[in-house]
Amino acid sequence: MKPEFIAERLVPFLEAETGASVRLDGLRSMTGGATREAFRLDAVVERPGRVAETHPLVLLVFRPGGQRAFGAREEFRLLEALGRVGAPVPRPFAAGEEALGRPFYLMERVPGEAIGRRIVREDRFAAAREVLPGQLARALAAIHRVPVEGDALDFLPGPAPGEPIAASEVDRLEQLYRAIAVEPHPVFEVTLRWLRSNLPASAPGAAPALVHGDFRIGNVLVDEQGLRAVLDWELAHRGDPLEDLGWICVRSWRFGNDRRTLGGIADREALFSAYEDAVGHGVDRAALRFWEIYGNLRWGVFTLVQVRGFLEGIVPSIELASIGRRTAETEWELLQLIEGRAR
Amino acid sequence: MQDRPTVHELLESLGRFLDEEIVPATDGRRQFLARVAANVARLVDRELASEEPQLDDEWRRLRAIPGLVAGDAEPTGREALRRAIAEATAELAGRIRSGEVDGEGPRRAAVLDHLRRTVREKLVVSNPAWIEADEGAEGP
Repeated sequence: MKPEFIAERLVPFLEAETGASVRLDGLRSMTGGATREAFRLDAVVERPGRVAETHPLVLLVFRPGGQRAFGAREEFRLLEALGRVGAPVPRPFAAGEEALGRPFYLMERVPGEAIGRRIVREDRFAAAREVLPGQLARALAAIHRVPVEGDALDFLPGPAPGEPIAASEVDRLEQLYRAIAVEPHPVFEVTLRWLRSNLPASAPGAAPALVHGDFRIGNVLVDEQGLRAVLDWELAHRGDPLEDLGWICVRSWRFGNDRRTLGGIADREALFSAYEDAVGHGVDRAALRFWEIYGNLRWGVFTLVQVRGFLEGIVPSIELASIGRRTAETEWELLQLIEGRAR
Repeated sequence: MQDRPTVHELLESLGRFLDEEIVPATDGRRQFLARVAANVARLVDRELASEEPQLDDEWRRLRAIPGLVAGDAEPTGREALRRAIAEATAELAGRIRSGEVDGEGPRRAAVLDHLRRTVREKLVVSNPAWIEADEGAEGP
């Protein structure tokens, strides 16, 4: 989508939303994702007799098609719900569809670094890395407190009523794997068997919680003081909150700093104990191990999804092509974890 | 037989060109993709160097798993070898899926040992640093 087109259409939309005169500054494209385009802009809102307010914003425009569980308006509502429980998320600003001919929303542009390699390695984040385990744990505890019963967030996918959560996640992942794999992956078969015989016992009648679904270094904004905001909510669902704690420990999110099992910044136990403090109860380490193994398999299956796009000629990108050779990284880590040799 | 430079020398030259001339001259996403491309050149170089012994080893291990490969016929040529490995691996995946390798015991240990070696061979080509991090202290 061209910035000129957006500028022309967005001004009247924002004027109707704010009931004021609006001017856009510095509109330009940002690195988006496979499912949506991203733009940065400043909206200058001018009301007669008042000082103009400048809102630094990010615009997310959802691409047509794509495998998405929910759309722009839903994600906007999710950010509103997260803001209400005090989770560190960008403040949602406005959502629409007609103005741009595609679903979109705007949110506050939070300053900070999202590139994992920099957060893990650069000296200027040394102090941030000290406080991040606690901050990430408290952010997760807040996310997991968001009420998911009722109508407001009924778009979130999740297990059927009464269905055991972990078993249903393994089922869904296995279905995806069977549907997209073009070659046999015996290590994934071993892992699926292991997961099924090591399902964590959830408390009877335990209700699903909001799970971010892609909570890791690389999807959070960090500055020198630590965590600023949690981004990338498109894989949010109802499930077991421990899934998020396992996912952030997946080896692929350590950016080469493999000995630091929490996203390359600290030991995983620093997150787990801070999370226990934040939620006020203990967390079963065997269940966390289950979710870390599940997470490594899930990332492995996601690499298969991505390379499928290349193999079918839909996305002829060298990035996707080379992701096909990263599946083995998850296979290695799965064997290490299952056989008790991992760090 | 081709003239010099060898495939190895050509790929090394391609990787160096991408790293030393394209990466510094680009930024953002294009720079990232140039790095990816340089890695692909090195990966292909490693694959060409190790493919033949790796395929032979993998096939030998699959044959050693009792009851997995029927008959004694040996595939001739690299394509036939690849096909034979792919078929045996599909068979192995099916057996694991049906629970034949569950529990403890020598059969499971033998299968896991084969899988670990196979994954290791993939990583020797795609990302040697991934296993070096684990093997650095204790050796392979």
